[in-house]
Amino acid sequence: MDDLDRRLINRLQLGLPLVPRPWEALAEELHSDAATLRARVQALLDDGTLTRFGPMFDIDRLGGAFTLAALSVPEERFDAVAAILDGLPEVAHNYRREHEWNMWFVLGCATPEGISDTIARIETLTGLPVLNLPKEETYHVGLHFPV
Amino acid sequence: MSACTSRYDGALIRRLMELTQAGLPLVDNPWAWIGEQLGLDEQAVLDLLRQLQNDGAIRRIAAVPNHYRLGYRHNGMTVWDVDDAELPRLGPLLGAQPFVSHCYRRPRRDGWRYNLFAMVHGRSAEEIEAYRAQIRELLGEACRADEMLVSSRILKKTGLRI
Repeated sequence: MDDLDRRLINRLQLGLPLVPRPWEALAEELHSDAATLRARVQALLDDGTLTRFGPMFDIDRLGGAFTLAALSVPEERFDAVAAILDGLPEVAHNYRREHEWNMWFVLGCATPEGISDTIARIETLTGLPVLNLPKEETYHVGLHFPV
Repeated sequence: MSACTSRYDGALIRRLMELTQAGLPLVDNPWAWIGEQLGLDEQAVLDLLRQLQNDGAIRRIAAVPNHYRLGYRHNGMTVWDVDDAELPRLGPLLGAQPFVSHCYRRPRRDGWRYNLFAMVHGRSAEEIEAYRAQIRELLGEACRADEMLVSSRILKKTGLRI
């Protein structure tokens, strides 16, 4: 990763400008040229430094329903319960966290009913109560990792 | 359905999402490319994207770094039991800290006392502990208890789909 890569990653986390010929606008800002920048982004995607480049939709605002939920899973059942959640398409992310509530996951469904149905299904499949913590207010969302 | 959905052609937005789910192609003129797929001219695509961005339906058209790859290997979900009356002031204050990536109010439950969540990321365990200490300082006496839940394993990561 060289200096141009770093500047490009930092700049592109803020977003491509919504102007005609956006790559040329960016090239001017970064004192490079449009074709070079696109080739650099492709290389950073190919080597896994970037996971995606594209519009970041706030799907909340477009009608989906989401929640953060947790389970307190006995150690001896941990992998089996993780495998159950892995098989459910409604489960987007799932992390082990070091706490009594040791499994934390995000559910995404088209409707609020989808969320309650999925929670009921997880409780049936695992025999464990789900801690359901939907967000009530968003104070900030904005990942920025300076490099 | 949220209020803002009705302002848009839902089918068009869905096609835009499907079209760009895997990412925007790295072409010279991405707006013209989207327009060709959706049957719009370049200016109409730009107008639509600006409208969606103004309304918050699209946050930005951006690069998402693999934060593990960039050295941000430690993340902590800090959770705080904060006086409800103080949340309108303290929530935005926490959200404004550069090391906080997500900050939300969530409900208390039986066996769960924390109503304010702030996710912090760093390059070492010490770094995220220091962030937690900074947050504690900011919250002051409004905070009654807190914990930091450190992630130790990614069990699934597929991204949200609707």
